[in-house]
Amino acid sequence: MNAVPLGMPAFPAAARDATRNTTLRRNLRHATHTIRDRRAAAVAELDDWAGLRAAGAAVKDQTLRHLDHYLEQAEAAVTAAGGQVHWAADADEANRIVADLVRATGETEVVKIKSMATQEIGLNEALAEVGITAYETDLAELIVQLGEDRPSHILVPAIHRNRTEIRDIFRKTMGEWGIPAPEGMSDEPRELAEAARLHLREKFLRAKVAVSGANFLVAETGTLVVVESEGNGRMCLTLPETLISVVGIEKVVPTWRDLEVFLQLLPRSSTAERMNPYTSTWTGVTDGDGPREFHLVLLDNGRTKILADEVGRQTLRCIRCSACLNVCPVYERAGGHAYGSVYPGPIGAILTPQLRGTTSEIDASLPYASSLCGACYEVCPVAIDIPEVLVHLREKVTEQRGHVVERAALRAAGWVMRDPKRYTALQRAAVRTRAVHPRKVPLPGWGKAWSATRDLPALPAESFRTWWQHRDTPGGTT
Amino acid sequence: MTDSRDLILGRIRSALVGVDRAEHPANEPVARDYHDSHTDTGLANLLARNLTDYRAHVHRAAEAELPGLIGRLLAARGARTLAVPPGLPTDWLPGDSGTRILHDDGTLTATELDRVDSVLTGCAVAIAETGTLVLDAGPDQGRRMLTLVPDHHICVVRTGDQIVASVPQALRRLDPERPQTWISGPSATSDIELNRVEGVHGPRTLDVVLIAEG
Ligand code: SF4
Repeated sequence: MNAVPLGMPAFPAAARDATRNTTLRRNLRHATHTIRDRRAAAVAELDDWAGLRAAGAAVKDQTLRHLDHYLEQAEAAVTAAGGQVHWAADADEANRIVADLVRATGETEVVKIKSMATQEIGLNEALAEVGITAYETDLAELIVQLGEDRPSHILVPAIHRNRTEIRDIFRKTMGEWGIPAPEGMSDEPRELAEAARLHLREKFLRAKVAVSGANFLVAETGTLVVVESEGNGRMCLTLPETLISVVGIEKVVPTWRDLEVFLQLLPRSSTAERMNPYTSTWTGVTDGDGPREFHLVLLDNGRTKILADEVGRQTLRCIRCSACLNVCPVYERAGGHAYGSVYPGPIGAILTPQLRGTTSEIDASLPYASSLCGACYEVCPVAIDIPEVLVHLREKVTEQRGHVVERAALRAAGWVMRDPKRYTALQRAAVRTRAVHPRKVPLPGWGKAWSATRDLPALPAESFRTWWQHRDTPGGTT
Repeated sequence: MTDSRDLILGRIRSALVGVDRAEHPANEPVARDYHDSHTDTGLANLLARNLTDYRAHVHRAAEAELPGLIGRLLAARGARTLAVPPGLPTDWLPGDSGTRILHDDGTLTATELDRVDSVLTGCAVAIAETGTLVLDAGPDQGRRMLTLVPDHHICVVRTGDQIVASVPQALRRLDPERPQTWISGPSATSDIELNRVEGVHGPRTLDVVLIAEG
């Protein structure tokens, strides 16, 4: 994974800044509460949700246990269907492969459909360095790109912006990137969407190269699947002559049939819909329909490290639905930017430190960005036990610093965590163990991260909870 | 490139040392403790309800009434041009309406399609439980571009044999080698304060005609 942006504050500091920004908090609260209620209703429609969820977890687990087998199978199938497969061990290599492929077409512009993997590797920036402009075409990504901003949510990256802010960004910057916003555009969502349609249509019609990610890669058939709402994905996947898809190695599923599980789990968990407006599937290239050239870039970039950790491995089941963000009290409070990576919320708190390691302050502090309430696990459509992984990662961070006392405490916490009914007990246990810890301990590295918001350099397992409890006190963060 | 392939596969194999290499995925089917469908009656009504819920306009007609209905839908929008895929049944087409009909022979460009008002197609299968139409580029559906660029899509579904209840049933009918577009309502976004707004890039109006087998 790419390095942490320079000057990125560690989680507590960034979270404190975010909680001070009341507009952001209001936008975020409104958005997450709306969508979480809708998700619950969409899920309640299916009386076999538990069975689907278990099957989703089982299919992913089985795939991960035989990942080499399925990747080789996928490679063979994509190749047989006329696609070309590239392997990228890390972000730099993936960026280089994509840049070379674009340059080979002679083009200096690409259109892009939102993809977590390409954000993770910093593809747009890497392309810009070699003179290639990447246009984001997802409405929210466009808002982020035009606002020179960073995404704050997986599904709705501009969730922190309200309509008036969006109108101002469009008015000010659309003209610099292409077709300007229409005269007299109001802040009605419909008018804003219309402005985006006009602005981007010109780019779609012109584009020769597109870059995408994928939600799923079917090993047996070599089929790629993109799930979306707006149709910008369809534009990117259909109109250009060359399509380059950057896909994390964990996106593979064994069979076409397996999609029956994920195409039921994903839309309901993600946008709370029975089905999202558009899903595209393609297998290699098709004569006379869509791109003539298709490249699949398989990305490792730290994923094999996660695979090697038997507790952490479940993280790779994630289908990026963002349900865990929407129920997380910490995310709601802190905002997406506090997580210091493209993966915010509970999934970010476990994925980022595993992808990047825990050498920086922000990454070492992420496993503590949770009250361990367990809401994320409850809603996760592939049953990732996020609290279990968080505790595991805390243990690793602690080990790294050699804090024996804490290790013991965390082991106890691990025991408590094994039964969800004991979450409350865990919270109480955490409070009690705090009494036996020294008030002041020298904690280089991540200790500093926390002392920015707290007078006491508290123990990390405690400090988030403490910060959380005091979030509304005078002189605190309100 | 080959080096990274070997490197990544090597990393995976060493990450999976705990997995018995004799174990083969084909021998351990995962438990599929879920339904094949959640309903099996009234599929056409359910499809209509779910499509309407996502703001598609649903119409019903006998096959013989299609030309008249389609003519009215086009007239209501003032559509001057209608693109159709090469294998569309010609007896679906409106008669002497004012709309010019463009038969896609595979040479229409995206820029040309951008000036086309409407497109008329069939579908491969429709899923009642989710309100989804699946297009698989069959002769009566055409290239993917055709149903993407124009702002108005009319899609005809034969209720007798094209509606299935569920996602699992639909997947069994579909051939993964064919490029597919699954459509559930018109293009939409929820990116601005989570308000669902129709139509960013795909067709902003979706008319679905359910025809009873004649
Ligand atoms: S961890 Fe689970 S809930 Fe969160 S984004 Fe991934 S799949 Fe969705």
